[in-house]
Amino acid sequence: MSSVVQITGLRKQYNGREVVRGIDLNVSAGRCFGLLGPNGAGKTTTLRLLLGQSPVSGGEIRVFGLPIPQAGRAVRARTGVVPQADNLDPDFTVAENLRVYGRYFGIRLATLATRIAELLAFVGLTERADARIATLSGGMKRRLTIARALINDPELVVLDEPTTGLDPQVRHMIWGRLRDLRQAGKTLLLTTHYMEEAERLCDELVIMDQGRILEQGAPAALIKKHAEPEVIEVRGEEQLARQVLASSGEGRFEVVGDTYYYYTRDARAVVKRLEDMVGLTFLHRPSNLEDVFLKLTGRELRD
Amino acid sequence: MGNLFLPRFQGAALAVWRRNTLVWRKLMLPSIFINFGEPFLYLLGLGYGLGLFIGEMMHMPYLTFLASGILASSAMNTASFEAMFSVYTRMIPQKTYEAILTTPLEVQDILAGEMLWCATKCVVSGTAILIVAALLGAVHTWYALWVPLVLFLVGLCFSGMGLVMTAFAPGYDFFNYYVTLVLTPMFILSGVFYPVTSLPEALQIIVQILPLAHAVELIRPLVAGLPLGNVPLHLAVLVAYGAAGYFIAVRLTRRRLLV
Repeated sequence: MSSVVQITGLRKQYNGREVVRGIDLNVSAGRCFGLLGPNGAGKTTTLRLLLGQSPVSGGEIRVFGLPIPQAGRAVRARTGVVPQADNLDPDFTVAENLRVYGRYFGIRLATLATRIAELLAFVGLTERADARIATLSGGMKRRLTIARALINDPELVVLDEPTTGLDPQVRHMIWGRLRDLRQAGKTLLLTTHYMEEAERLCDELVIMDQGRILEQGAPAALIKKHAEPEVIEVRGEEQLARQVLASSGEGRFEVVGDTYYYYTRDARAVVKRLEDMVGLTFLHRPSNLEDVFLKLTGRELRD
Repeated sequence: MGNLFLPRFQGAALAVWRRNTLVWRKLMLPSIFINFGEPFLYLLGLGYGLGLFIGEMMHMPYLTFLASGILASSAMNTASFEAMFSVYTRMIPQKTYEAILTTPLEVQDILAGEMLWCATKCVVSGTAILIVAALLGAVHTWYALWVPLVLFLVGLCFSGMGLVMTAFAPGYDFFNYYVTLVLTPMFILSGVFYPVTSLPEALQIIVQILPLAHAVELIRPLVAGLPLGNVPLHLAVLVAYGAAGYFIAVRLTRRRLLV
């Protein structure tokens, strides 16, 4: 499989502070690749470097085999970008936004007319074609931004936290559209801190923290590697919870705030004991990417 | 920055210019009203009012003298304000450039497009002034048809300078310094209202270094029907300020946006 994005030893410093500290990435064509990490992990910076929008402090980037930043123009001509914060042009309507943006790629008006109609249908905004940007909801703006990113029929689509701050209906709609794009053979590169999003969409992902890559792999494989298959979350009387979990054999547990997390291969025995406990509530669930993420990046707050 | 990998499509800067004309078209009516109304007031109020006492200045009716000065200074203002306030709006709060920079366009294309747009705006508003002046009988020759072309160059010159300010500006208030310390003194001293030669000699030298006086000296003979002098020098000064402004602004804006 040919690789669309190749990054080796990438570094970036801002005012002497290193925010990307030597990362290697390889995104294969036609896959959905995720950059996962807490705030300040260096995800957005990595995307900016990749698009030639920020000078590199060290390392090498190639997109479509072309060197960045030298070939920035050529790479951006074949790439679609959904930025973290909407930057639609408030002076224009929905359709005009797509038309004006398309002109920046040098696309002819006749081509644009058909493409705009298709894209508005794709993101469900056909009825709002003549609406002003200020009258759109947050979800509509996001969908329009995604449509805008597709105006040049890109081979690679880069999305920076595509569903942050959106309601569940819109998020599910966008996930569906992103899967459509992947089906259509496009390569997707997205950042997120929603584990659910990464688990649902990504074929492969890296977990980043403080400018470094901590782990890399398919979501299921990472869960299998780093977390026991079952988790029990226990809340209630502390003493009691500790007593029950500590005496339950092979599992490992940690305390976060008022909750005990118990990770195990087989939770049946513990669940049985917990069911009889008055004063404790518990949740028994399969382990997920969030457990892996928190295990690798730690639980302290990031601001 | 050269680029060997993509024959940059013709008119990257024109795409930015086009964007601005499309926005302008939406607000065309009020904008044209202002374009005609303001010079009308100036020329009628100052030209006729003062003209009554002054009569002739430099061998031409005062109205003609003033009209040619106002043509140059209004191009200065139009270009400067568009390159500062409007460009800042698109660069920082509105994030228009952030969006454009994810397309094949680069900073130098955006700023070139903005300068072309500022110059275009100068031609539009300047032509309105020229029409008003002609209606008031202040235009004495068909050579005045060259004036819009000169205004285009004046627009490039002052927008280039304005873009440098914008690249620095932490906020809109910053532009007040430039307006108060640079634009207003130039407006008052550069021969718009009275000949530069009536200033003290030291001041005359300073005025000759600044671009507005050269714009006035190109435009005035074209309106009054008098012989032009020193054309290469006047053109060179306008081009030099515009070009220097563009190159400095591109460098500074890159540093600001591509972090």
